[in-house]
Amino acid sequence: MMPEIYSKYPMVKYLRKEALPTALCPGCGGGTVLNAFANAIDQLKLDPRDLVVVSGIGCSAWIASPYFLADTLHTTHGRAIAFATGVKVGLPDKKVVVISGDGDLASIGGNHLLHAARRNIDITVILVNNFIYGMTGGQVAPTTPFGAKTTTTPYRNIEHPLQISETIAAAGASYVARWTTAHVYQLIESIKKALQVKGFSLVEVISQCPVQFGRRNKMKEPAEMLRWFLKNSVPISKAKKMSPEELEGKFVIGEFVNRQRPEFVSELNKLIDEVQEHFGLKEV
Amino acid sequence: MIIRGDEPEQIRLLRKLYKPGNYFMQGNEAVAYGALFAGCRFYAGYPITPSSEIAETMARELPKLGGYYLQMEDEIGSIAAMVGASWTGFKVMTATAGPGFSLMQENLGYAVMTETPLVLVDVQRSGPSTGQATKGAQGDFFQARWGTHGDHPIVAVSPTSGQDAFWEIIRAFNIAERLRTPVVFLFDGVLAHTRELVKIPDVDEVEITYRKLPQNEEEAKLPFGDPHGDGVPPMPLFGHGYFTHVTGSTHKENGLRDVYTPEVHDRLVRRLHRKIEKNRHVYEKYEEHFTDDAEILVVSWGVTARPALGAALKAREEGIKVGLFVPKTVHPFPGERMKELGKRVRAILVPEMNLGQMILEVQRFVNDDVLLKGVNKIGGVPLTVEEILREIRGVA
Repeated sequence: MMPEIYSKYPMVKYLRKEALPTALCPGCGGGTVLNAFANAIDQLKLDPRDLVVVSGIGCSAWIASPYFLADTLHTTHGRAIAFATGVKVGLPDKKVVVISGDGDLASIGGNHLLHAARRNIDITVILVNNFIYGMTGGQVAPTTPFGAKTTTTPYRNIEHPLQISETIAAAGASYVARWTTAHVYQLIESIKKALQVKGFSLVEVISQCPVQFGRRNKMKEPAEMLRWFLKNSVPISKAKKMSPEELEGKFVIGEFVNRQRPEFVSELNKLIDEVQEHFGLKEV
Repeated sequence: MIIRGDEPEQIRLLRKLYKPGNYFMQGNEAVAYGALFAGCRFYAGYPITPSSEIAETMARELPKLGGYYLQMEDEIGSIAAMVGASWTGFKVMTATAGPGFSLMQENLGYAVMTETPLVLVDVQRSGPSTGQATKGAQGDFFQARWGTHGDHPIVAVSPTSGQDAFWEIIRAFNIAERLRTPVVFLFDGVLAHTRELVKIPDVDEVEITYRKLPQNEEEAKLPFGDPHGDGVPPMPLFGHGYFTHVTGSTHKENGLRDVYTPEVHDRLVRRLHRKIEKNRHVYEKYEEHFTDDAEILVVSWGVTARPALGAALKAREEGIKVGLFVPKTVHPFPGERMKELGKRVRAILVPEMNLGQMILEVQRFVNDDVLLKGVNKIGGVPLTVEEILREIRGVA
């Protein structure tokens, strides 16, 4: 018997019921992200048959694969965007979405993330940033705040975190936004925009991991982490007027870029047309 | 649901672009043209010597055929993009050399586990590491077989000339499609850069195979089942509303992950092996010369099979009863035939451009009373007829 929650919950129609319940820990932000993604799909009235969702390895990779009911490709660690690139070239009319974590996409997969943004391929990436390697037991990540404690920085983290949204906006993406799991409605709106933008789009979601991060950093309750996000979030418009010192430890939220640039797969198809035309290969 | 590359439009284009006849071309170009004839319409790669001309030829020719060339940020991304594209119905290929092949190993295992057809060309160069980056070698024989992790089967094909490469790459695609598996194409830097005569056939002379697609909803719901008993499940392509779930983790027949039940892992991995074992007729191929009355046997592969044939011909002129056995599919090794031949000869020589790799496979199938000797050369220069002939005389 399926517990009542699965039949009462309106977004359940988008989930692979045989894969439920999810493996996510209680209090994990992953559920919020899955909920926001399902709501965005619902509000846009997208047919899940027109979706291919790709993910890598780690807790956040599970959010959409296997749970989301679409064609789903659960790939090797860090490589989701490269797999998705092949899918998008093959299915240019489908929405190709990558949902994965910061360790997966920005650390081992940082190269693919950077180059997909540069290429401006029409893929939507939802990057769940919880500052930690959750599935492997709470080790330091390239996103872990300076000074935070993790299992591999038991005294304190002496490295500086990678600012993912800023980096990918600079790399050439068409759309970049950052929200936290405490900004659910803004998050849904941004996912909707990202899905509609023609080009590479990134929605970074700062998400709580009370089990592996919060517990070791004086925030063992999920609500404490959400309060931490709310207290330290700074809208991007305000952040522009602040000094780097003032922004230390803050989460800059909002839309970083929203622009039109030539998109990779359509350019590729345009090129093919030109070449075929040039060599007289088009059927007359 | 279609596999791109087989439409009448494609036949028309191939015929218009590549007139049948004799061409003077590099081995690398022969591989590229063979792939185009086989229906490859997606190439993702990263440049590396001595394989680069394959990428260059594909970049130039694929758009003419409406196909896609992608230069990825690295080798790992290249094979990842190939897997993604294969699930949308493309026949896909990449080409690399030793170091790039090492980087691709993890996703090669992913392709084995997810039963994704693809062709991976490894133009072997002299190693370890950067070694002699521009020189040919045959040192990746075991990297092809054992490079990726876990218990996995693999099929590897190795040609002996430019002309052979044209036909063998087509065969590699056919094996990949028929068995829904990655196929490694073990080429080498010497053949890759040798220019020689290659005959391009008419499209009609080329036999092409396509992967099995699900015939009904029921088959599509079991992307990793075995409805036809041959170990090869039909492949439901992405974008057709089947909600297929593909994962490199241990999965059930319906694709859903189950890494906790020993029986599920056992059933899946054994089927992957059985699929390759049971379908030997699909990929097993070897060439024999003068083996009927041979007393001495030369076993050689790839580029080295050519001087080996020259040496066998000369030895025959001298009255030495030499035979030559050339596996064309090197993994799984044609062990049964090797065993039969091994019983009939008193000595076996195995020339190869390494310090002894295929010889270990040969050893598994011959008795101790046969004299088994490697003829090995490294340094980036191929073995010569004289060098092999000298060894034949030595055991005659």
